[in-house]
Amino acid sequence: MGEVIVITSGKGGVGKTTTTANLGTGIAMQGKKVVLIDTDIGLRNLDVVMGLENRIVYDLVDVIEGQCRLKQALIKDKRYDGLYLLPAPQTRDKNSVAPHQMVTLCNELRQEFDYILIDCPAGIEQGFKNAIAGADRAVVVTTPEVSAVRDADRIIGLLEANEIRNPHLIVNRVRPDMVKRGDMMSIEDIIDILAIGLIGVIPDDENIIISTNRGEPVVSDSKSLAGQAYRNITRRIMGEEVPLMNFNTSDGFLAKMKKLFGIKPA
Amino acid sequence: MIELFKFFKKKETSKDVAKERLKLVLIHDRSNVSPQFLEMVKSEIIKVIQNYMEIDEDALDIQLTRTNSDDGERIVPALVANIPIKGMKNIGR
Ligand SMILES: Nc1ncnc2c1ncn2[C@@H]1O[C@H](COP(=O)(O)OP(=O)(O)O)[C@@H](O)[C@H]1O
Ligand SMILES: [Mg+2]
Repeated sequence: MGEVIVITSGKGGVGKTTTTANLGTGIAMQGKKVVLIDTDIGLRNLDVVMGLENRIVYDLVDVIEGQCRLKQALIKDKRYDGLYLLPAPQTRDKNSVAPHQMVTLCNELRQEFDYILIDCPAGIEQGFKNAIAGADRAVVVTTPEVSAVRDADRIIGLLEANEIRNPHLIVNRVRPDMVKRGDMMSIEDIIDILAIGLIGVIPDDENIIISTNRGEPVVSDSKSLAGQAYRNITRRIMGEEVPLMNFNTSDGFLAKMKKLFGIKPA
Repeated sequence: MIELFKFFKKKETSKDVAKERLKLVLIHDRSNVSPQFLEMVKSEIIKVIQNYMEIDEDALDIQLTRTNSDDGERIVPALVANIPIKGMKNIGR
């Protein structure tokens, strides 16, 4: 039986779609079967981030309305065995999906896949409710900014209210140089405030933009910092213990940051 | 002396400001207190106090904020009311 994980944040533009694409690809690279569902109806994005935009025929709402079979709508990523995408419709209304339909869909996908990752839209309205309806667990993405952390806090409360307990936190777009000079909240600051478990930290990395330009998730780029960070998170999602930063180390700052992102010191 | 001390004290960084502001805003968010709720509390307080004092209702300000706990080790939510008194009433004196 597969596991359903929703990637959510409240605020837009913090890295939900990027994270869904990378964790999905990362899981497939580990040899598991995974399907990514884009629930951002009307603002479909996961397809372009994955580089699969030219292969869409059917979408999420077609499946839910029975216009096609589930199998027909799943786009297989030819680069990785076991990686599939269920795209969002671009010209439909958010209300064309109801939470109970998402639950049914997720339960059907569980039979076939090890992991079902749900890319949640921004906001706390219908799209959010649909995205979390069938989820067993949640990953909350934030950035080290007041507005993003505030929204993450709100989302954590709403997940709790919907009985999705112990969500995991990803802090995205961290700039070690800014943290060092006191111009960006540190990971400790954010965990202190949100009080949930950290599953990983992604640096602000231009390689994300470069890889997104090409439609190839950065997780497959062995040299980039962000790629390494996503590979570590992938393994943690799958239950492996991958060490985070050792906070008591006497290493220099750069070595610490490299550790934090999981790069072995030279 | 105090000024001198201040001068040597490390300047507050922007992340310290961010953290402070976040903590404050989250107390409001988490407490689920609506402006209507505060209005209700406010009018009840006014009713009670008016039995004993004349107050400036328009200048009355009531806010949910936070403060240091008694032991000074934690920050706790606090209801702070600023109620300008115009005069005392004679009953009960
Ligand atoms: N760690 C990062 N470093 C640099 N750019 C990033 C990073 N994470 C996300 N981005 C960029 O930020 C933008 C928003 O990301 P996206 O994943 O679409 O956010 P969301 O789905 O939460 O709206 C994208 O252009 C993406 O390439
Ligand atoms: Mg998105």
